[in-house]
Amino acid sequence: MGATTTLHALPRPPQSGGAQLVPSAVMAMLIFVVTEIMLFAGFVSAFTIMRRSALVWPPPGQPRLPVMETAANTALLLASGVTLVIAHRAFRRHAPDARTPLLATLLLGSAFVVLQGREWVQLLAAGLTMTSSTLGSFFYLVVGLHALHAVVALGLVASAWSRLRRGFLARSFFGVTEVFWYFVVGIWPLLYWRLYL
Amino acid sequence: MATQTMTAGAAGEAHAAHAEQTFWQRYVFSTDHKTIAMQYLFTGMAMAVLGGFFSYVFRMQMAYPGAEVPFWGIVTPAAYNTLITNHGAIMIFWVAMPVLIAAFGNYLIPLMLGCDDMVFPRLNRLSYQIFLLSVLVLFSSFFVKGGGFGGAWTVYPPLSSKAEYNLTPGGSTIFLIAVALEFVAFLMGGINFITTAMNSRAPGMKMYDIPMVVWTIVLASILFMGSVGPLVAGAVMLIFDQTIGTAFFDPNRGGDPILWQHLFWFFGHPEVYVVLLPALGIVAEIITVFSRKKLFAYRTAIYVAIATCVLSFTVWAHHQFIAGIDPRMANIFTVTTLLISVPVAQMMLVYIATLYGGSITFTTPMLWALGFIATFLLGGVTGIFLGTAGSDIYFHDTYFVLAHFHYTFYPIAIIGSFAGFTFWFPKMFGRMLNETLGKIHFWVTITAFSGTFLPLFVTGILGDNRRIPDHRIYPELDTPMLNGLREFATISMVIMLLVQFVFVFNVVWSLRRGKKAGKNPWKANTLEWTADSPPPHGNWKDLPRVYRGPYEYSVPGRSEDYWPQDVPN
Repeated sequence: MGATTTLHALPRPPQSGGAQLVPSAVMAMLIFVVTEIMLFAGFVSAFTIMRRSALVWPPPGQPRLPVMETAANTALLLASGVTLVIAHRAFRRHAPDARTPLLATLLLGSAFVVLQGREWVQLLAAGLTMTSSTLGSFFYLVVGLHALHAVVALGLVASAWSRLRRGFLARSFFGVTEVFWYFVVGIWPLLYWRLYL
Repeated sequence: MATQTMTAGAAGEAHAAHAEQTFWQRYVFSTDHKTIAMQYLFTGMAMAVLGGFFSYVFRMQMAYPGAEVPFWGIVTPAAYNTLITNHGAIMIFWVAMPVLIAAFGNYLIPLMLGCDDMVFPRLNRLSYQIFLLSVLVLFSSFFVKGGGFGGAWTVYPPLSSKAEYNLTPGGSTIFLIAVALEFVAFLMGGINFITTAMNSRAPGMKMYDIPMVVWTIVLASILFMGSVGPLVAGAVMLIFDQTIGTAFFDPNRGGDPILWQHLFWFFGHPEVYVVLLPALGIVAEIITVFSRKKLFAYRTAIYVAIATCVLSFTVWAHHQFIAGIDPRMANIFTVTTLLISVPVAQMMLVYIATLYGGSITFTTPMLWALGFIATFLLGGVTGIFLGTAGSDIYFHDTYFVLAHFHYTFYPIAIIGSFAGFTFWFPKMFGRMLNETLGKIHFWVTITAFSGTFLPLFVTGILGDNRRIPDHRIYPELDTPMLNGLREFATISMVIMLLVQFVFVFNVVWSLRRGKKAGKNPWKANTLEWTADSPPPHGNWKDLPRVYRGPYEYSVPGRSEDYWPQDVPN
């Protein structure tokens, strides 16, 4: 790998004409997020079609989704988004100040994932499984996919936090982390609205 | 990145260090965009051979049902299903996309933008590796119990979701996994293309100085990114239906099979434009160079390409007119489908207006580009009958549909690729192709192509149904007229396949004996022609600077009829 790294140490074109509007890494993450939004849009629209065309909804004999508990979880997740905004402002002003709000983001986000996991365990015990009904299939698929994204994004946040602690958090890495975590936070209320309400 | 701070001298040392790379580093695990482009190109070509062989086997079965096919044997109905499914999937996902987008995109984008490599070279390498993995996964599906998937490349449930219907329980899941991996590969490639075009252009290159082919490949990547999500969602749901017994697409248990068709075609139709756009760009480049004229209405051509992208999201249900969708919806989709022919027709007018009054040279790439226009127009016009709900009810699932989409996909994937390959061959390998052999190859291929698919339009109109492994069991399809047309089509198709040996010979011979190309054999303007042929690692010693648009040909008052982008005056 060492060899390839030096090989790519060729001069980029002088930045006179083509200043980067958005850093490349952040740009790449933004494009990826657009694809992800379309992926979730696919699932959610499929779920909506299925729900609308069902004769009876919700499926009889199936447990109801816990609307209130999840609302509380949603609040946790949204709060983690707010702490990340605070971290962003602190990072701009004086980078080490971003440590505390970043840690808060990490903890709030982890609490969301853990509490959603607890909800899954309860629902599974109550008889809602992947194969028990289309509600169950979609619920576990969409929420599970979101949880997967949340875990990956938490990994990024944790990595950003530990880099910052050691004092070398690059602006582009922080930007990538931010874009992905805002995506995880931003898509959840929509999923909550379509799936739970 | 230390790149910004390095001096030119240090860059020179980096060049020198390059020479010590081993074979593996240089050709297999390279991060160089040109090597990755070649990997995509040759993998795509190898897959084209496989896809072509599959079509030879089932076309022989169509013309001579029940007879033993040379190099294959008796074609069983199960083998027929597997062959036809994988022919379609391979030609679209493993030939058209890697060659047109990944190979030409990787090769041309950094060279035409005047930078040394993609923005994310390692992501680029990973993209090819995942693509290769998808190829291997697809191959593995042929060797599991029941054989490769045989439920058509559109993978409609319940045929695809229930093993008792498709009889290929292993193959159908592996097929979906292979397709999903291929999408991941193109996702990475697309992110690279878009970011590179945004952030790595040569100094002085503004938005409207970017060559058409870069525009179209980047737009195609954006289109792919925007449309692939719902299909991945559907594929995940279908894999769960196949493996753990969910009922997303099972109407008995609350699912909806039509839902798959929506998810599939929401991607599937933009996909047509994903592969069309790069071909349109390639043809635009070739036509301007060999007409020695400015590309007619360059900006309009870009807007037209963007309009095609936007409209292509609104046409998907024209594949489902007879699937039981609401007839009012069919009306809407008829209108949007006919609407999308407007920007595509405009693009054709851009080409014809560029040709008008130009000093045209009929080189091999130019012949391919003109062949593209002629054949693609026929493909587009026959699409109108299928895009209109009323006539589609009659034509649906006949050979008319098959002939129509081969008249669009063949110009895109085969003619477009040959056009691009013959045009950039001197740049890629530093030698010229033989023109005589190239012209023989062109004329025989294009004649045999028409001989293959024109008869199939007729059999389709006469009511010949697709996806029937042996039509002798339907007396009304076993008439002498239909059989004659089928046989004619098959013979043409075999000729078309055989003449590809001329192409292979031409390439192999030219690589060794061809005339040295020099930097700019076609006297073209775009930046890739200012690099050495083939370009070294890093492309240029001093990266170019751009002073004007890419199509300044025959400018009055200049002694030469071309005006490269990097020449100050």
